[in-house]
Amino acid sequence: MTDWKFMARQLARNPLSLIGIIIIFIFVILAIFAPLIAPPQGYRDPYMIPRDGYSATPQPPSEEHIFGTTEGQYDIFYGVIWGTRSAFHVGLVVIGIVVVIGIVLGSLAGYFGGVIDEVIMRITDIFLAFPALILAMAIVTVIGPSLKSVMIALIVVSWPSYARLIRGDILQVREEDYIEASRGLGASSARVIIRHALPNAIYPTLIMASLDIGAVVLSAAALSFLGLGAPEGYADWGQLTSFARNWIVGPTAEPLKYWFAVTIPGLFILFFVLGWNLLGDAFRDILDPRLARR
Amino acid sequence: MELRSYIIRRLLLLIPVLFGVTVFIFGITMLFSPIERASLYIRSARQMGDIPAIIATYGLDQPFWVQYGTWISQVFHGNLGWSSVVNMPVWDAIWNFLPATLELAIFATPLIILMGVFLGTRAAAHKDRPLDHVTRVGAIAGWSLPTFWLGLMLLMVFYGLFRGLLPPDRLSFPMNLLVNSADFVRYTRINTIDAILNLNGPVLLDALRHLILPVITLSVVNVAFIMRLMRSSMLESLGKGYILTARAKGLSERVVVNKHARRNALIPVITVSGYVFAAMANGVVITETIFTFKGIGWWAALAATRLDIAGVLGFALFNAVLFVLVNLVVDILYTRVDPRVRLGGVMQ
Repeated sequence: MTDWKFMARQLARNPLSLIGIIIIFIFVILAIFAPLIAPPQGYRDPYMIPRDGYSATPQPPSEEHIFGTTEGQYDIFYGVIWGTRSAFHVGLVVIGIVVVIGIVLGSLAGYFGGVIDEVIMRITDIFLAFPALILAMAIVTVIGPSLKSVMIALIVVSWPSYARLIRGDILQVREEDYIEASRGLGASSARVIIRHALPNAIYPTLIMASLDIGAVVLSAAALSFLGLGAPEGYADWGQLTSFARNWIVGPTAEPLKYWFAVTIPGLFILFFVLGWNLLGDAFRDILDPRLARR
Repeated sequence: MELRSYIIRRLLLLIPVLFGVTVFIFGITMLFSPIERASLYIRSARQMGDIPAIIATYGLDQPFWVQYGTWISQVFHGNLGWSSVVNMPVWDAIWNFLPATLELAIFATPLIILMGVFLGTRAAAHKDRPLDHVTRVGAIAGWSLPTFWLGLMLLMVFYGLFRGLLPPDRLSFPMNLLVNSADFVRYTRINTIDAILNLNGPVLLDALRHLILPVITLSVVNVAFIMRLMRSSMLESLGKGYILTARAKGLSERVVVNKHARRNALIPVITVSGYVFAAMANGVVITETIFTFKGIGWWAALAATRLDIAGVLGFALFNAVLFVLVNLVVDILYTRVDPRVRLGGVMQ
């Protein structure tokens, strides 16, 4: 498709989106090769960060722990590397499920209209009436803090916007001639939606949705930071950041003594989200024809 | 198009949404057994024996809709349950912690609007020149910053490196004593405003010193958001015919940009203020937690980590109602600033 070639050329021309792609690529590499970069020790769950003792005070970077250890002697390097895997895991699962729910409910609402549309849209109204993170926090609290709860909560709070977007896309193509034509030829509603309406309507929305992985990971990290996410010691950027909360200020002689515990996990979150957002920003310009002309 | 009938129609539309929101919140509590739900009303361990009585009082073993009816009438009477982390009714907790959050909002909102609009205008006026690229990168970076990490980094520098220059909490210890003494009248419980009303300079300075970092932390994401929106809205506005007319009249570039283009470009910014409100409500939870700035966000986060279900759900309900009302006000404002919407009558 020439569309894709055009898009690729636009992306390559924009230095910011190139940087975004490179950042994401590096994180993909880190996630795939995590077992080689930070080999797990023994039979334990590789997502649990190894500890070097139980003392609370973070230890500065050394040969053994190149990023140092954080509160409770968890190895920061191991944590951030395997945390990359956790981040992709959360992001991909949440976005994947949300997009499926969005496509199903959005195309039902958009294609059939009437009562079905009304009911689905009023339900989305209810969920959109909450500030997202607050609703997610309430859901996690009720079903019990864990990484799975965080993912469920993020799915619950984010599907309505995708359902609405896809409904809008379907509405735009619903009255097109080729939809009429295939309906006239006796195709079932399911066939019309799946074979004709969806492929012509939703690619831009799907692309934008996939780039929301950064935003999902950011929300998940925030919940983890509040102590509502993964169990203690699980490789998770948000939790690693929260470990540093008691170590923001060092002793009087060395106020920045524990900088590594505070700074490093946050930098991983920042760059991960930044990568997706840089790409998203470039795509928004390409996909929005009003902006492209300028 | 009558503004009044529009407002009435919008108010009627609120009913199903608020009904849905309350059913949803109540539905969440139904995941628990009657005994667990009764414990949401329990105030101390001594009351454990009263659980059957509480179940009877609130009808917790009745069918869903009966229970919902009982619950919603309790909510209308101001009974949202008992918040165990702060040992007071949920409604009292909201009332108690709200002033601190309002104080943050009072400072953050103008900062967000002024900074966002100003930077967005500059970026658009310098389209594709260095200033535009810098603000673009700045916006994306600001948009990607984990708020909780930004707060910690700011504390590390301004509290750690600069020896307590900008500390956490709302007031320093002696000032806190002073504020709670008989000499200081707490009109609003918003420290800065009370300090001004009491003509107390030291308290005002101390309160401001404690506000700087949380306000910055709360604002960064939204400044980035408004700035990008303002930029694209300005670009759209600058391409319009009336700008050409204004330029042809020989008006200076400054007048064209700041008067003719910007006023029209502000309309989209107004329409997203509901969104900004939600982002701030989310941000308040994180910001107040990091800076132990004891507002409703701090209380809610504490409640969430200590399984204070009544507190968390009460907080969520409170925010949803507020958010819905904010959106209503925004829509009404929108019809005031954009006459096209008022005349068009295609409001949904």
